[in-house]
Order: sequence, then structure tokens, then C-alpha cells
Amino acid sequence: MNTLILRTASRFLLPLLLLFSVFLLLRGHYLPGGGFVGGLVASIAFVLHGFAFDLKSSKSLLRVHPGYLIPVGLALALLAAVFPILWEAKPFMTGIWYPESVPVLGSLGTALIFDIGVYLVVVGAVLTIIMTLSESA
Amino acid sequence: MSPQFIIWPVIFPLLLSVLLLFTWAKVNLQRFISIAGSVVSVVLAVALFTYTRSEGVIAMQAGNWPAPFGITFVSDSLSSVLILLASLAGLAVSVFSSVGINSPRVRFGFYPVYHILLTGLNGAFLTGDIFNLYVWFEVIIICSFVLITLGGERKQLEGAVKYFTLNMLASVIFLTAIAIVYGLTGTLNMADLSLQIAKIENRFLVDIAALFFFVGFGIKAAVFPLYFWLPASYHTPPDAISAIFGGLLTKVGVYAYIRVFTLIFPADAFIREVLVVTAILTIASGALGALIQNNLRKVFSYLIVCHIGFMMAGLGLGTEQSFTGTVSYLIHDILVKTNIFLVSGLALAITGSLSLRDIGGLYKQHPWIALLMAIPLFSLVGVPPLSGFWPKISLFGAALDTQSYWVLGALIFGSLLTLFIIAKVWAALVWQNPSEKIEKGEVYGTFSGLPAGIRVRYVFPVALLALCSLYVGLGAEFIMDISTDVALLLKDPKPYIEAVLGPEQSLIP
Amino acid sequence: MDLLLAIITGILYASGIYMILRRSLVKLIIGLALLGNGVNLLIFMMGKLVKGGPPIIPESSKLLEGAFDDPVPQALILTAIVISFGLQSFAIVLIKRTYLVVKTDDLDEINTTDEFA
Repeated sequence: MNTLILRTASRFLLPLLLLFSVFLLLRGHYLPGGGFVGGLVASIAFVLHGFAFDLKSSKSLLRVHPGYLIPVGLALALLAAVFPILWEAKPFMTGIWYPESVPVLGSLGTALIFDIGVYLVVVGAVLTIIMTLSESA
Repeated sequence: MSPQFIIWPVIFPLLLSVLLLFTWAKVNLQRFISIAGSVVSVVLAVALFTYTRSEGVIAMQAGNWPAPFGITFVSDSLSSVLILLASLAGLAVSVFSSVGINSPRVRFGFYPVYHILLTGLNGAFLTGDIFNLYVWFEVIIICSFVLITLGGERKQLEGAVKYFTLNMLASVIFLTAIAIVYGLTGTLNMADLSLQIAKIENRFLVDIAALFFFVGFGIKAAVFPLYFWLPASYHTPPDAISAIFGGLLTKVGVYAYIRVFTLIFPADAFIREVLVVTAILTIASGALGALIQNNLRKVFSYLIVCHIGFMMAGLGLGTEQSFTGTVSYLIHDILVKTNIFLVSGLALAITGSLSLRDIGGLYKQHPWIALLMAIPLFSLVGVPPLSGFWPKISLFGAALDTQSYWVLGALIFGSLLTLFIIAKVWAALVWQNPSEKIEKGEVYGTFSGLPAGIRVRYVFPVALLALCSLYVGLGAEFIMDISTDVALLLKDPKPYIEAVLGPEQSLIP
Repeated sequence: MDLLLAIITGILYASGIYMILRRSLVKLIIGLALLGNGVNLLIFMMGKLVKGGPPIIPESSKLLEGAFDDPVPQALILTAIVISFGLQSFAIVLIKRTYLVVKTDDLDEINTTDEFA
């Protein structure tokens, strides 16, 4: 799509949407939000950019091939899930929290790391699917 | 060892596939990691098996949420033995796929997907939550869709369309059943469901829910009117993939049947009748289908259907002895069905064909391999010292005790036809002279010229599984001991429920 | 409200099954998608439905008070949606490849693997 309005808007919307996705990711433990929703918003930001310009330029914006995000995210999520077994001999996926609240980030814990892993997997998977579909079309 | 250990057979293959994703482009490294990882999986499974055998039912609450609210993982005698068998079959197929899967397929991600498939299998065997079971089923079918289409040949895609549609439909029906059950009881934990379902007065609704489960699992397990996708698709992918499908995927459906119709819906007369009738029809149609086929792998695909009927019959008869028969048949069947597909792969590598009309000359070329192939093939029939014999004795005994002569007739019919079919396959494969087309083909006679390392990787998996099924046949006392243990637990699931919910039982009044 | 949802669920199931029974590959996938949506609605109805009572604990208290929605079906639906998203994108690629290789979208002609050989 080649319209000036969409191009200009998406240039401003991309950082805003990415920021919003991080916001959703961080508030996700006790309020609506989380890694999955955040990841979807982030991938929508890239898809919007891809619509306005072309998917190649949004791919170069991402620097790495989105496929690489999947194993990284999976590894992070798995480590966060396994951590309680190795650290405190508690069941798989038990949340372990740093006792004090950190400014900006809120409370830190394995659940946050798990969510970051989910975020990366979702961004990677959605962008891979969309890019593969649009490249083969 | 602590109860936290039981999750490792699920986590480890997933960790392995993450590692394999990082080594995406390096084919030989992936093959090595896969085999080494599968060996570790077997060790973990043996540890889980001995641990469960000494401790009884072990429950682990994921995330430390108490039982009916969180997701529970439970290792009882049935789950642990199935995980052990799945890891053995996984190791054999992993070794076989290092020669049976070509490098383009590996570059498209065969190994990571294969190990996620094994994760899904172990998860399905271990979970104690009905919705989590659905999620593991989805993990399994998504991986199997990828594996069945990997390579993108015409026949693979055609098979995949049918496989995909029917399995999607099965998932939808399974999910509908879960929705109804959740609406009736307000819980998803299988142990809790067992208690809550028993309290419901409207048995009509319970039967409807049970029938939804029956159809949903029936498509996955390939029982009589729902099995047509299986012979249309299982022969299309490479042998290593067919082997893991034939050995384990339909058996997950059988496992789900066993779990749901003993724990959640302890079968009443109506459900038992449905089970028995479908079992008889499944045996008959599978055996007759196998009889007329000429492609080796299609014959084996129909035999899968036929022998699913044996297990269903044992489940439908509903006595302790018949449960013993079902469980020991399941143990034997996983090993042997995986192995016969590997045998077909080996036969393809040696003769270059799978058609019963053309194939042959195995004895002339490789007498030892022919002898090795005799073990899985005749175990399948249940020739006395081999592994299929003892489960059939239990099933026949149970059918006689309950005076279900139709079942007995179907079992005998199925066994005799299996014998005839295997004899036909054996005669064609080993004694028959290969047709001219084969002798002039590119593959015929080249097997002995292959490097020793490759030949070993073709023969070792078959030998490993043959050895296991020999042990199942000759060490039948131990196997029957395990099966009786499982049958007792299936008949009276109280220890299972107490392990999950604690001795005071349900928290929801 | 419940009645309306029940009717919609019924329509989704019926139209999904109708589409599955058609001979076109594309309609088959649309049918499966409709069925998936129908089952999600069914799960949604199976919890207790409360108007305007999201199951979120306000910051001022430790417990949920008053009538609130059952959060479990919503979690189940989210999971089911994610799974069907993956499956449907796979399905689209599959039917496209199949169409390119087999050169037909008529299901009755995709039958060589069933042929007796």
C-alpha cells in the first residue's frame, strides 16, 4: 500500500506500539496483559510497518531473522520453568520472586522471565508465519 | 528422588529440541545430538519407571498450585511404562532416521520437530488434567502434520490433507467433550472429575459427554468407522516417520481411552457395549483390509487398525483380566509396530521396493537380517514364545470368562488373519524370487556395498526393538506382573485419586 | 444472553459441518475454522456468565468480592485460540502447496493414496 498518511503514521506508531507491547508485558502478572498479548502487539507493529513500506524493510528493521527469536524465547521460558526445581527443589514452574519491588519493572521473578520468553516466541512465530505466507504469495 | 523428578521426561526432549533449533543448519551435529539425547531420555525413563515402581502413584503439582486448581502431573504404573516404551521407540527411530531421513529433510527441521513430538507424547502420558491432555494432543498433532508433509511429495500432501482434516475434527470433538464435562462439574482435574462425575444424577448427559470423548479419541486411535485416514496417510512419509506414527500416535489414543473410560467414566453397560461392538468391527475391517493390500506399508497400516481392536476389546470387557490383556498388548504393540515399519524401511533399503509382488530374495542376500526380521514379524502374530502370545491369552481368557463369544470369535479371527498375512509377507519378502524389475533396479544388491557405519545404523534399531520384544515375550512374568499392577489400579483408581487430591479427597464439596 | 449464545453456537457448528462436507479444499478449511469458533463459544458458555464482573482482584482488596466471571473458560479459550491460529496458518500453507502440486482443489480427485496398488 502506497499512501503517504499510512507511511507517516506507521513511522510514529512503530515505536509507540513497541513501547506499549513492553508495557503490556511488564504489567502482565497481576493485571490483564502478559507476554502473549505483548508479543502480538509487537508483531502487529512490524506488520503495520510492513504494510506501509514493504516487508523487506521491516525485516531489516528487526536485524535478526524472526526465526531466531523462537529458540531464544523457548530457552528463556524453559529455564524460568526449570529454575525452581534446581534452585529450591520446588515443583516445575513455581514462581520465585525477588522480595523487593524494582522501580519501572515492578516485581521481578521467574514468571517475568517466562513471559519475556513467551513474548520472544510469539514475535518470532507470528512474523515468521506472516513473512513466509507473504513471500510465497 | 523427589516427586519433582517426574517432569524431567517431558522437559528433557524439549530442551533437546531447543538445542537442535540452535544447530539448525548442521546436519551431522543434529544427528549426533538427537541420538545422544535419546539415550539420555531412555535413562531418564528407566529412572522414572523404577521410581514409580517403588513408590506407587506419584503426583506433582505444577506451579505449586494445589490439586483441583492447578495442573497436575501424575506418574502411575501405566504412564511410567508407556514413557519407557516411548523412549525406547524414540531411540530406535532416532538412530534409524540418521540414515533414513535425507539431509534436505533435516535442514527443514526434522529433528527439532521430532523431539517436540516425543515431548508431547511424554506429556500426554504424564498429565493428570483433561485440558492439559488436549494441549499435549495438539502438540503431538502439530508435530505430526509437519513430519508427514516434510519433503512435500505429491502423495505426502494428499495423505496429509486427510490426516489433517480428521485430526482437526477429532480435536474439535474432544474440546466439545471437555466443554460439556466442565459445564457439568466445574473441574478439569482427572482425579477430581472421577469423583464429581460419579455424583451427577443426570446420567444421560454423562453418557453424551462420554460419547463425545469416544468419537474424539476414536478418530485418533483409528477405530472402526473412523479409521480411514490412517491407511490413506501412514504409508506416505519416509519409514522413520511412519515408524514413530505407527508405533506411538494411535497408541496415545488408546491410552486416552484407557484413562478416560476407567478413571472418569468407569464404563457402565452402555459404554462397554459400544466399546465391544466397535472393537469387533475394528478387528474385522482391519484384518480384511490388510488381506487385500499389496504394499508392505499399507498392509502394516491396516494391521495397526486391526490390533487397536484387540486393545479396545479388552477395555470393553471390563474385567481385571481383560485390562491386564489390554495393557500387556499395548506394551507389546508399541515395540512391535514401531519395529515392523523399521523392517519395511530396511526391506526398502535392501530391495528397493515395497510391493509384495516384486519384493523378495532377502534370504539369499542377507540371511541374518532375514532371521532378525522374523522376530518382529512373528511377534506380531503371537507365535508362542514371542511377545504377542501372552496378552492374547489374557484377552481370550477374559472373553471366555465373561461369555462374550462374539469377542472371542473376533479375536480368533483377527489372530488367524494376522498369521496368514504375516506368513504371506514373510514368504514374499524372504523366500520369493525378486521380480526382474527389482533386480534391474538401482537399489537391489547395493546394501552390502554400503559403508559399515550406515549398515549398522539400518540394522541396529531393528535389532534393539527385536531384543526388547524378545524380552517382553520371554520375560513375560515380569511384564504380566506390571500389567496386573496397572489393571488393579485401573479397576480401582483410589490410590491415583488419593495421590493427586490428598487423603481427604476432593476440596470442592 | 445465554439463549442467544446457544443459538449462535448451534449455527456455527451446523455451518462448520456443512462446509466440511463440501468438496472444495478451501471450504473444508473454512468449515474447520467455524467449528473451532463454535467450540470456543461453547466453552465460554459453560462457565458461569456474569455481566460486567471481570475476575480481577482490585488493588485495594485481597479477595474477589461479589459476583464475578469464571476465569477458567477464558484461559481455556485463549489456549484453544492460539492452537487454532497455528493450525489454521499451517492449513492455509498446506492447501496452497497441495493445490500447486496436485493442481485441483476438488477433494474427490485427491485420492491416489487410497488407490489399490
